[in-house]
Amino acid sequence: MAPYAATITNKLALHGATIMGKTNLDAWAHGSSTETSDFGPSRNPYHTDYVPGGSSGGSAVAVAAGLIPAAIGTETAGSIRLPAAWSGVVGLKPSYGRVSRYGIVAMGSSWDCPGPITQTVEDAALLLEVMAGHDVHDATSINAPVPQYVSELSQPRKLSIGISEEYFANVDAEIMQSVEKSIKLLEDLGHTIKKIKLMEPKYAISVYMLLQRSEVASNLARYDGIRFGKPRSFFGKEAERRILLGTYALSAGYYDAFYKKAQKVRYLIREDFEKVFTQVDVIFAPTTPITATKLGDCSKFAFYGEMMDVLTEPASAAGIPAISIPIGMHSNGLPIGGQFMANYLDEQSLLQAAYQLEQNVQFDRLSVMQKYE
Amino acid sequence: MSNYTPVIGLEIHVQLATKSKMFSRCSADWFGKKPNTVVCPVSLGLPGALPVPNKKAIEWAILIGMALNCKQNKVSKFDRKHYFYPDLPKGYQISQYDEPFSFDGFYEFTSKATGQLKKVRIKRVHLEEDTGKLIHNGEQTLVDFNRAGVPLVEIVTEPDFDNSEDVKQFLEELQTIIRFLEVSEADMEKGSMRLEPNISLRKDGETDLPNYKVEVKNINSFNFAKRAIDFEVKRHEELLKNGETPAQETRGYNESKGITVSQRVKEEAADYRYFPEPDIPPFEFDDAFFTHIREMMKELPHEKVKRYVDMGVSQDDAYILTRDREGSKKFDALLDSLEHDIVGKAASLVVNKKVGMDAEAIKAMLRPKETDEGLLNEVVDRVVFENAAQVESYRNGKESLLMFFVGQVMKGMKGQADAQKVQEVLKEKLK
Repeated sequence: MAPYAATITNKLALHGATIMGKTNLDAWAHGSSTETSDFGPSRNPYHTDYVPGGSSGGSAVAVAAGLIPAAIGTETAGSIRLPAAWSGVVGLKPSYGRVSRYGIVAMGSSWDCPGPITQTVEDAALLLEVMAGHDVHDATSINAPVPQYVSELSQPRKLSIGISEEYFANVDAEIMQSVEKSIKLLEDLGHTIKKIKLMEPKYAISVYMLLQRSEVASNLARYDGIRFGKPRSFFGKEAERRILLGTYALSAGYYDAFYKKAQKVRYLIREDFEKVFTQVDVIFAPTTPITATKLGDCSKFAFYGEMMDVLTEPASAAGIPAISIPIGMHSNGLPIGGQFMANYLDEQSLLQAAYQLEQNVQFDRLSVMQKYE
Repeated sequence: MSNYTPVIGLEIHVQLATKSKMFSRCSADWFGKKPNTVVCPVSLGLPGALPVPNKKAIEWAILIGMALNCKQNKVSKFDRKHYFYPDLPKGYQISQYDEPFSFDGFYEFTSKATGQLKKVRIKRVHLEEDTGKLIHNGEQTLVDFNRAGVPLVEIVTEPDFDNSEDVKQFLEELQTIIRFLEVSEADMEKGSMRLEPNISLRKDGETDLPNYKVEVKNINSFNFAKRAIDFEVKRHEELLKNGETPAQETRGYNESKGITVSQRVKEEAADYRYFPEPDIPPFEFDDAFFTHIREMMKELPHEKVKRYVDMGVSQDDAYILTRDREGSKKFDALLDSLEHDIVGKAASLVVNKKVGMDAEAIKAMLRPKETDEGLLNEVVDRVVFENAAQVESYRNGKESLLMFFVGQVMKGMKGQADAQKVQEVLKEKLK
C-alpha cells in the first residue's frame, strides 16, 4: 500500500467522491487488452470471450457494467480511449499537464495523462473539472485556469469539425459506417465539416515506440526489489522487452539516431496539429481500427498495441486532449467508439462536440448494465 | 621532478545549505539525524512521486558559477543519469548533462608555491541531487536515505594544475568563496564539500593530455588531497620510468597509511544513458533572473583583499583577514570605527599580535603615549652612559643599534613613553 495519496485521489475525495477500490489493468500499464495483469484478465461486458481493451480495462469494464458511475484511467497512448471504445463508455484523455500525475506510477512520463472514464460526457466534464488544475507536486502540470466544463457543456455552439482521410485507412467497414453516420449527424446539427490533411498516424507509432520505451526503461529502474516490491526477475515479458528496447535506444552512440530523432518527429506531429487547429475547432475520427479482439488473440498480432492504438497515438504524442464516445454497435455485438481531438488545453470544445453527438447518436448503454445487476 | 609534469584536474561537490531538498519539500538538514527520518516519497523515489526543483538551489548554483567567472546557459535543463547502486533510490540521479547552468569560467590566485599568478579554467558548474549513504555493519549493509536528494553542486576544473600545493591552495580559496557566498559550510569532514582529483603525468614540454588518468576518492581534508596527489605522482613516475603506463582507474585514499589503493579499473567510459528529465520542463532564463542572482553576490575574498590593501593593510595581513567569513565581517565592523591612518597598523595588531577586534583597545594601543620628558632625558643619559661600547659602534656607523637603545630606554621608562619621541631624543643625544 502506498504511504501517500495521489493528487487526483485527494481532489476527488475533497469533492465528495467515494473511492471504491482499485481496478484492473495491464501490468505496469504495458498492454492494450488488460490480459497481462498479474490479477488475471478483465473481460468485455458485452461479450466475455472478448477483451475490454487496455491498459485501463478494469476501469472501463466497471463503468460499462454499471458497478460504479465513473472511474479513473491513465493514458500514455490509447489506454483510456481504447478500452472506452471497446467497452462502450466515455473516455477522456486531457491535455498533457492538465491533470496532475503526482502519485501515479510513471510509465512514459512525458505522455502520461490521467483522465476520467464515465458513462456520459457530462460525467466526464464533471470529473475533469474536479481533477484538472495546477499541482505544486508536479512540475509538468499546467498553471492555467480550469473552465467550468459542466455549465458550458450544453452551449449550442456551432463548431468547425475536421475530417482526415489519413485516419480512415485500414479501418473496419462497419466502424466506418458508424463514423460516416456520426459525421452526417454532426452536419445536421449545424456544424461545419471540413476535410483536412494530417500526417499519417503511423509515424506516431515509431515516435511512441522509442520515446515511451526509453522512459519506461528509466522509470522502472527503481523497482529493483531493494526498497520495496519484488526483485526484477518478477517483471513480465512485456516489461522486460520494453526495458531492453529503451535501454538500447538511450545507449551512447544510439541516442542521436533514436531518442533525439524521435523527439524531432514528435515535434513535427505537434506542429501538424497546431496548423490544423488554426482551421478547425475539433477533429473527428474513429478511435480504433477494429472492435475488441478475442481473449488470447493479442499474441496473434505482431504489434498488437501499436496496431490497436494507431489512431490514438498521434494525439498522445502531441499532448492534445481527445475523447472517445460510443457511436454505434457492430454486427458482432461489440461497441464502436469515435473520437474527437482538440487543440492543446481546449477540452471545452472537445466536450461540447462530444456532448452534442452523444445526445443524437443511438447507443444503448443500459441493457448491458441490467445484465450485471 | 625532472622528466615529468603532473596534470591534475578536480571534480568538487558542494552540498547547498538550503532548507529543503533539491526536488522535494522535505528537510535538507540531514547531518547527524537518525537514519531514514529525513525522507519523503520524493527523496525515497517511491512509485508516483515526482521531482519539483528547488528555486533557491538553482539560484545558489548559478551564483557559484558567477563567482567563478562562468558563462551561464540561458536555456538549461535537468537530465537523468542512470546507474544502479543501492544508495540511489530511483535507479538514476537527476543531474545536468549537456546544458549545465554555468560553464567556461576561471579562477585566478597568487600561488604560494611558485609566487606566480595561477589561472585555473573552470569547465562547468552544474546542479544535481545527492545520494543516500551505505552503512557497512559487519555482514550487513544498511542504507540511510537522509542525504538522498540534498542539493549538490558539481564544480569541474580543466586539468590545469601541475602541483599539489596549488591544488590545496585552490581548494582552500574555493572553500572560502563558498562560505562567503553563504550557500554552504563546505565542510570536508561533514562531507558538505567533497573532492576527487584526477591525476596523470606527461613528459616535460609536452602539451597533449596523457592517454590515461587516475581518479582518487575518499579524500576528506585538503592535506590528504595534497598527500594523495603526491603519492600518485610518485607512483606514476616510477611506472612511467619503467616503461609502463599507469592503469586508467579509480583509487581510494587510505589516510592512515598515506597511500592510494585501486578500487575500480575503468575499461571504458561508463554509459549513463543520459536523457532529458521528462518530469521537469526545461528552463529559459531571462536577463532579469540573472540580474536578480547577481544582486545576491557577496563581496568575494579576493575583492576584500584588494579593498583592505587599498586602505593600507599589507597584502599578507589582508589575505589572512579574509580567510574566514565571520572574522572578516568583524574586521569590517572594526574598520567603521577606525581612523583611516591607523587601519594598516590595526590590521597588523589583529593578525600578528592576536589582539581582539575591539576598536577602543586598538585605538589605545596605537594612540601616542603621554611622555614625561624630564624623566626621558634622565633615562636616555643613563643608557648612553652605561653602554659606552655600543654608543661607540653606533657613532662609527652601526645604525641598527638604534633599536637596542630604544629597547633599553623603554625598559627604563617602564613602557610609559611614546616610541617616536624616544627615538627623537636618542638620535639627538647620540649625535
